[in-house]
Amino acid sequence: MLHLALFLIFGVIAVVGAINLIAQTHPINSALSLVVVMGSLAAEYLLLGAEFLGAIQVIVYAGAIMVLFVFTIMLLNAGAEEQTRGSKVAIIIGIPGMVIGSVAVAWALIRAHTGAEVPVGSLYGSAQGIGHLLFRDFLLPFEITSVLILIAIMGAVVLARRES
Amino acid sequence: MAMPLHQFFTSTDYLLSLPMIMLALFGMGVLIIDLLLPPEWKRANAWTALVGLVFSAIAVYKVQIADRIAEAHGQAGSFVGFGGSLVADRFAIYFYYLFLAGAAIAILMSVKYLEIEREQHGEFYALVLFSVIGMMCMASGYDIVLLFVGLELMALSTYVLVGFLRRDQRSNEAALKYLLLGAFSSGIFAYGLSLFYGLAGSTNLGQIALTLEQHFLANPKDPVAILALLTTATGLLFKIAAVPFHQWAPDAYEGAPTSITGYMSVAVKAAGWALLLRIFLYMLYPLRPIYLPMIIFVSLATLTAGNLAALTQSNLKRLLAYSSIAHVGYMLLGLVAGNTNNASSTGIKGIMVYLLVYTFMNLGAFAVITSLRRRDIIGDEIDDIAGLMFKAPTEAILMLVFLLSLAGIPPLAGFWGKYFIFLSLIESGHYALATVAVLYAVLGLYYYMRIANAMFMRRAETAEPVSLSPGLRLALAITALGTVIIGIFPEVFLRAAAWSLSVPQASAVAGLLK
Amino acid sequence: MPTGNLSVTTFVIASIIKIAIVLWVLLTAVAYTVWLERKVVGHIQNRWGPTRVGPFGLLQPLADGLKFIFKEDLTPPYVHKFLYILAPMLALSMSLIAICLIPFGNSVNIAGMNIPLQITDTNIALLIILGITSIAVYGVALAGWSSNSKYSLLGGLRASAQMISYEVALGLSLVGVLILCGTFSLHGIVEAQTGTWFGFIPKWNIFKGQFIAFFIYIMAAYAETNRIPFDLPEAETELVAGYHTEYSSMKFAMFFMAEYSNMVTVACLASILFLGGWTGPVFGPPILHALLPIFWFALRVLFFIFVYIWVRGTLPRFRYDQLMSFAWKFLLPLAIANVMITALVVALRS
Repeated sequence: MLHLALFLIFGVIAVVGAINLIAQTHPINSALSLVVVMGSLAAEYLLLGAEFLGAIQVIVYAGAIMVLFVFTIMLLNAGAEEQTRGSKVAIIIGIPGMVIGSVAVAWALIRAHTGAEVPVGSLYGSAQGIGHLLFRDFLLPFEITSVLILIAIMGAVVLARRES
Repeated sequence: MAMPLHQFFTSTDYLLSLPMIMLALFGMGVLIIDLLLPPEWKRANAWTALVGLVFSAIAVYKVQIADRIAEAHGQAGSFVGFGGSLVADRFAIYFYYLFLAGAAIAILMSVKYLEIEREQHGEFYALVLFSVIGMMCMASGYDIVLLFVGLELMALSTYVLVGFLRRDQRSNEAALKYLLLGAFSSGIFAYGLSLFYGLAGSTNLGQIALTLEQHFLANPKDPVAILALLTTATGLLFKIAAVPFHQWAPDAYEGAPTSITGYMSVAVKAAGWALLLRIFLYMLYPLRPIYLPMIIFVSLATLTAGNLAALTQSNLKRLLAYSSIAHVGYMLLGLVAGNTNNASSTGIKGIMVYLLVYTFMNLGAFAVITSLRRRDIIGDEIDDIAGLMFKAPTEAILMLVFLLSLAGIPPLAGFWGKYFIFLSLIESGHYALATVAVLYAVLGLYYYMRIANAMFMRRAETAEPVSLSPGLRLALAITALGTVIIGIFPEVFLRAAAWSLSVPQASAVAGLLK
Repeated sequence: MPTGNLSVTTFVIASIIKIAIVLWVLLTAVAYTVWLERKVVGHIQNRWGPTRVGPFGLLQPLADGLKFIFKEDLTPPYVHKFLYILAPMLALSMSLIAICLIPFGNSVNIAGMNIPLQITDTNIALLIILGITSIAVYGVALAGWSSNSKYSLLGGLRASAQMISYEVALGLSLVGVLILCGTFSLHGIVEAQTGTWFGFIPKWNIFKGQFIAFFIYIMAAYAETNRIPFDLPEAETELVAGYHTEYSSMKFAMFFMAEYSNMVTVACLASILFLGGWTGPVFGPPILHALLPIFWFALRVLFFIFVYIWVRGTLPRFRYDQLMSFAWKFLLPLAIANVMITALVVALRS
């Protein structure tokens, strides 16, 4: 019961943080909202018994990637952006579309014929579990991901390189 | 605690991943050699990359031989590596060769072009090699994680390649649009895959298919399955630029370096098709009654929008972009005609043939457009190709051959692609669809002939000669020979396409489950 | 979670008592680290350090503390108020949370109850500590940004880039230890280091081939805690006081305490990970059995703190580009090489 309550609380925090991220006009506030989202996701992982994933989520996303976001915002000295009133199309089509879409997804998921239930934490949450997955079951995707990251770094360097 | 190594990596794994390992090694080799080369020697990177492609092709041939030996032992199609996440079946091997050929021709086209654009960097060739690794994963992946990672690997390299001309505003804009829409579609695709994982509890295509089959029998209108199908299909259709998810294609094609536009329209698109066929034929076949109407609608919309929009274009790259959207429409019709549970039906074979001939004829057309890029002339408008006959008759005639082939005129290669699609539609009783497709093929002839008209009937706007290099000449020769030879002697190539589908997916699944 | 033979109530009461003790010890240690630093640096520089307040200036930290409390709390105009106040709190609370996971010794028996000498133990304690230190960067970065002052901003920028860069090397230097011990639990890591070779060489990780990792860890830890020679975020000769230029009174004291308690945490971690934690000769009556491990542990921590101060008194400050290339071009490749060699050795041995 406590478990479910905590899960819901962190879920709500994550959603509120995500909405706040969009609503804020100052990039620092948006970035910090994203940190909150990442943190509450980490808490959700912990509640699901994926403690390794939760810790990594904090270290990598909240601790490293978002610090770089904040660093960039500070470096560019980005100020608050001007709030536009929002286009009519977004209001007339976007909002109802979003509502219909989320209701449809929610309805589909609630009506889903769930299969066997799995106890919390019985899957691959531990460091050993993740290790087995990465180095045995998903060895090739894992290695391919390293090429992917190499490309991401190289691409950023290529596109941002100054004229020599 | 510690486990023996062969639990993680077997000799079969090594053999099956050898084509990718070769590409990765040479890709990194290009990056390192690039640092050592003086600026005037940068074009040597292209040769390193080509050698890498050749080595990779040899590795693919080794896989093919191993497959033949397995067949001799009565174990055809059981070539599974990495705990079932990689299946180097004939389907994959066929696509491997296609990707390697597309990449090789694109590299040949790029050497001089990049020099004119003053962007001759080793990273370009490395990115092409890395993108082929991603494509190979998309063709041979039998696990949604590998498929997705492969897709992202290919997509990410392509984003960078599209934006490679940093001085060109259009290239930057194209890369940004492509990146944003591509990331968006990848997100939708991943969402769909995650729902399938949730339904099946496995990331293996065969397992998901089996679970879906039982699941679908039990509750045929399960909303989650339909939601998953819709989102997955949306992501896939985005990648092959089918209407209504095609808006990125003309902008990305126009802004990208011309050789990359050619590469995107053949190899990247073929990889998208490999992924789509893998998922639709091997994973989602239990849901065929649901997705069939959707595919029919999308293919008709794609044919209509692609052909009509191509009519009014004045930019060659944009025109070919819309024409390539239209070609996707024809291929989707092949999926409509392809039978359930039988990948070797005429429709699917038509798609395979289509992708093969399209590689040669479309790259050929882009090779000619590449030669129009000279110092101070961008050369991608129809006006730029005007009077080509009087300046470079060989190129003009080759371009005519490519255009006629694209329009599907016999006895050129393009005819066979369309022939099998139409044949499959008639075989499966879709007469109305066949009629519409033929009508659009006639419409296609009109806009291809607009280019021919400009080349042969109009005067040249500038006297500047076209820029040809040995690499480009070679690329033109290969593509022209491919287009003509497939057109005149199609049997070998048709047999190759049939061979690629000769192992039904059921045995692949069986191979996995043992 | 209640463990072993403890009921929920006793568990909660024991935890509260432990928290109180640990915080009291930690904050005292922080105060006297400052005193020790002033004394040692003073002697290194041929001065006396504090001598006036109490014998050997021992009451000086108390006087400083009172001074901080009674100073006027200034909030400059044009600061981003919320973040300006949040930043020091974040810095201090993160450094206090980190100490919760540090075990100071084995468990002791009090009135028939088996109480571990640690506020909380989890099987991913090390990862949690890394996570907390990575969140602590925000305290410094946000302080620099929200102060709306160029010195603060530069300090904050330097801090965030520096801490991210060194965190990579720090994390990788721990992997070798983790491979050898096979657990993330700090208690488990210490237990894996008990025993000796030939009766006198202790089986500490530093002697199990993690020598290089130890030095990478120490260097990265100095950078993470913004200590000399890596104290660029607060380099007083160029940035006044860096990220906390605009802070006064207790808010400044919070940063100050955070820095020193981070030093203590880092020293504790170094002892646990590389020098065998509380292992050491235990003898005598039962009370000594309980206290000696804590003493051995405290001795190691004291040694590390002394080295901190010694380095401060000896080394000049790095230039910023040197700092960055040191992290990325020297420490990182070295750490990766260490991980690969350790993994190879462990794999071949089994």
